[in-house]
Amino acid sequence: MELLVIFISAAIVNNFVLSQFLGICPFVGVSKRVDSAVSMGMAVTFVMTITAVVTWLIYHLLLVPYNLEILQYVSFILVIASLVQLVEMFIRKVSKPLYDALGIFLPLITTNCAILGLALIAVLREYSFMESLIYGIGAGAGFTLALVIMAGIREELELADVPKHFQGAGITMIIAGSLALAFMGFAGLI
Amino acid sequence: MAKKVSLLEDFTKGIWKENPILIALLGLCPTLAVTISVENGLAMGLAASFVLICSSTLISLLRNLIPKQVRIASFIVIIATFVTIADRYLAAFYPEISKNLGPFIPLIIVNCMILGRQEAFASKNGVGRSILDALGMGLGFTLVLLILSAIRELLGSGTILGYQIMWDSFSPWMVMILPPGAFLTLGLMIGASNWINDRRAR
Repeated sequence: MELLVIFISAAIVNNFVLSQFLGICPFVGVSKRVDSAVSMGMAVTFVMTITAVVTWLIYHLLLVPYNLEILQYVSFILVIASLVQLVEMFIRKVSKPLYDALGIFLPLITTNCAILGLALIAVLREYSFMESLIYGIGAGAGFTLALVIMAGIREELELADVPKHFQGAGITMIIAGSLALAFMGFAGLI
Repeated sequence: MAKKVSLLEDFTKGIWKENPILIALLGLCPTLAVTISVENGLAMGLAASFVLICSSTLISLLRNLIPKQVRIASFIVIIATFVTIADRYLAAFYPEISKNLGPFIPLIIVNCMILGRQEAFASKNGVGRSILDALGMGLGFTLVLLILSAIRELLGSGTILGYQIMWDSFSPWMVMILPPGAFLTLGLMIGASNWINDRRAR
């Protein structure tokens, strides 16, 4: 039950993108088409889940016993960078078109603050191993959800008559604002 | 003379022409998250500028020593080191602000603005120019944070830096200090800056 609450909280109520402002760069950058949004969401979810597990192990089995908490940031970011490298090689092998579609945003998952943020928040909240794992999956699902909704709206938006100066980033931010407003409605859920 | 102009350009381009937030859309996460009050916005702007200036200096000094293949990883480790310094400093001297900003101080590590400047500028140019570039970018970043947080704090709580500004019967627009307000205000600011650029170009 506890785990279910963590999952729903991470995915919907405290959605990483729309209420915690983590992972805004890919949210603005890769949300032009639904299919690339879905694959980006999958890649991020995958990295998030593994990150949650690996950083938990590093923090509790390595940093805490040896009093090395000060190295937390450096070690977390190194783990994330190597994981992203792995995912990149994997995607390039498996699906070249997908690799080209994600382009520069694939290596940039490293600098996706949602992933480091996830690791840091899990430590901050003193989650257990299972809780961290579920939190990672939930956060990834929430990220994918927000990205796909946004991509769906932006595909329709191509037909709309947006004032010239708001085209691109401006209107994206304003739509994100309305989405965030809608997601606030979930606040009473848990 | 030509060299002087380009040095000035290195500094000023970050403030408006290539502003990291409004034009390049980098470093949006902290921008949106911490700008609930002017105090937080200023602290975040200064912390990020400190990290940017230090890492730009160090990376441009080391630019010929860092192998090209592992440059991103090296940049991130250098940035993470300076962020750890900034984080410890804030926690020791300004515990209140450090608590308010929460995970967003360590998240400066993954601020794409900082990594972007290292990749695009500091790793290719000399120390002097890199410092100027970092100063300009840091200033541009801080200014946008200040404007954004001033708008949000004024409309959302009726105060600036905690001082009451709005009249007594003013009822605060709660939405401005909640997540949607951040997105809406930044969207309008980006639109306005595009409009100003357009006007100046004509």
